[in-house]
Amino acid sequence: MQDLTEALVELFRRAATDLPADVEQVLREAHNQEDEGSAAQSVLASILENVTLAREQSTPICQDTGTPIFYVHYPLGWSTIALRKQIRAAAAEATRRSYLRPNAVDSLTGRNSGDNTGLEFPVIHFIEWEEDYLQIDVTLKGGGCENVGIQYKLPDSEFKAGRDLEGVRKVVLDAVVKAQGQGCAPGILGVAIGGDRGTGYELSKEQFLRPIGTRSENPDLAGLEERLLEESNALGIGPMGFGGKTTVLDVQIDAAHRLPASYFVTVSYMCWACRRRRMTVRGEEVTYQ
Amino acid sequence: MIELQTPITEDQVRALRTGDVVKLSGLVVTARDAAHKLMIENFVQPAEPKLPDLYARLRPLLDGGVIYHCGPVVAQNQDGSYRFVAAGPTTSSREEPYEADVIRHFHVRAVIGKGGMGARTLAACKEQGAVYLHAVGGAASLIAATVEEVADVFLKDELGVPEAFWVIRVKNWNLVVTMDAHGNSLHETIHKTSEARFKELAGLA
Repeated sequence: MQDLTEALVELFRRAATDLPADVEQVLREAHNQEDEGSAAQSVLASILENVTLAREQSTPICQDTGTPIFYVHYPLGWSTIALRKQIRAAAAEATRRSYLRPNAVDSLTGRNSGDNTGLEFPVIHFIEWEEDYLQIDVTLKGGGCENVGIQYKLPDSEFKAGRDLEGVRKVVLDAVVKAQGQGCAPGILGVAIGGDRGTGYELSKEQFLRPIGTRSENPDLAGLEERLLEESNALGIGPMGFGGKTTVLDVQIDAAHRLPASYFVTVSYMCWACRRRRMTVRGEEVTYQ
Repeated sequence: MIELQTPITEDQVRALRTGDVVKLSGLVVTARDAAHKLMIENFVQPAEPKLPDLYARLRPLLDGGVIYHCGPVVAQNQDGSYRFVAAGPTTSSREEPYEADVIRHFHVRAVIGKGGMGARTLAACKEQGAVYLHAVGGAASLIAATVEEVADVFLKDELGVPEAFWVIRVKNWNLVVTMDAHGNSLHETIHKTSEARFKELAGLA
């Protein structure tokens, strides 16, 4: 099995410093939609300038380079033990090269490990699949937006939200109102309906792997995604919460089976700096997306 | 555009209103969660400040000075000095339990962060003559480019890079006043209007 450590350092570099084209494009559209000379437009102009500068300099788009969350799809024959070691070694090297901020803190002692490795850090999901190549996706999820993630248990009498898509719609809008000023708007909402508490959060975060503007294959969910995108933006929170037309860039929803007794709606928030990159390994060839 | 140079006077701060855009130059001290807890426990609460060496160095920097809620990415140069690589703001509301007391104790004139702060900080701003300046969240490389020099760092090893007190010299940093010294908060205004809109959309109005 080849050593992918150096290739993984490059994956970290691209994720932390080079915003995906679809995210940049939707930010540019938002900039053009906001009123000329508004605070909202000036925020988006700074964001776009920052994105360009980070790419040119290979410096982090945001200083909070987040929790690295890996989704490793591997064919039979790869060692997940070896891959885990290489991901950890790459995280440490990427930190040394200042692509990543040291972000792993011991929850008991408060000590920062200094190299982005620690207990359950980076987060790695291994999924065996039937393809014949290795695919490694990473998202870097910052703390500001992670802190505004929220899980609702329906029915919820405060919002008159029942166990249906109308109830889901109400609590997701509440999550957007609550996130203002903290999640670095305009952000992306990942929503999971159902599951247990743990899988709800996992599924909601997996939505951030979807390109902006892709709709759910389920027509009901696709309709809800579009409606929530429109209504979130009607809240008027705007970029950075200064007011404006762009509060979220996209809403992406998926569902999982649930227990009869439980109906969770989990909302994860990804800030505008939606850092995700993919690396594909076929034989000796490594490519990035 | 209003230019501000540290140290900032009370008159300069009182002249600012929410929505004003300022261009800040001079010395700024980063402080986030661990640093705020430390300042309260060691400097504000005790009758005699603990950690006297650190206190003696921080006090003149913060009097008329600027606190920045930021945990930067920092690189070390070959000669041992440091440079800021990425330095956007962190969420300020986490410092709400501490900031009012820090502003009063040190006579801080401006706090920079993102997302704004609450009623206690707003009251301290009004009473002491201080403002909250909003930086663009996530614009880390752009903001780092306004940092001309890392002048000093305190407790880097003890608190870790993101949480340490970094003393930086900035030039022409564009910021928006979102909480002024007259009791106004743009965050409060937007919160009220968005909450009302939510109630309509959710059929709760």
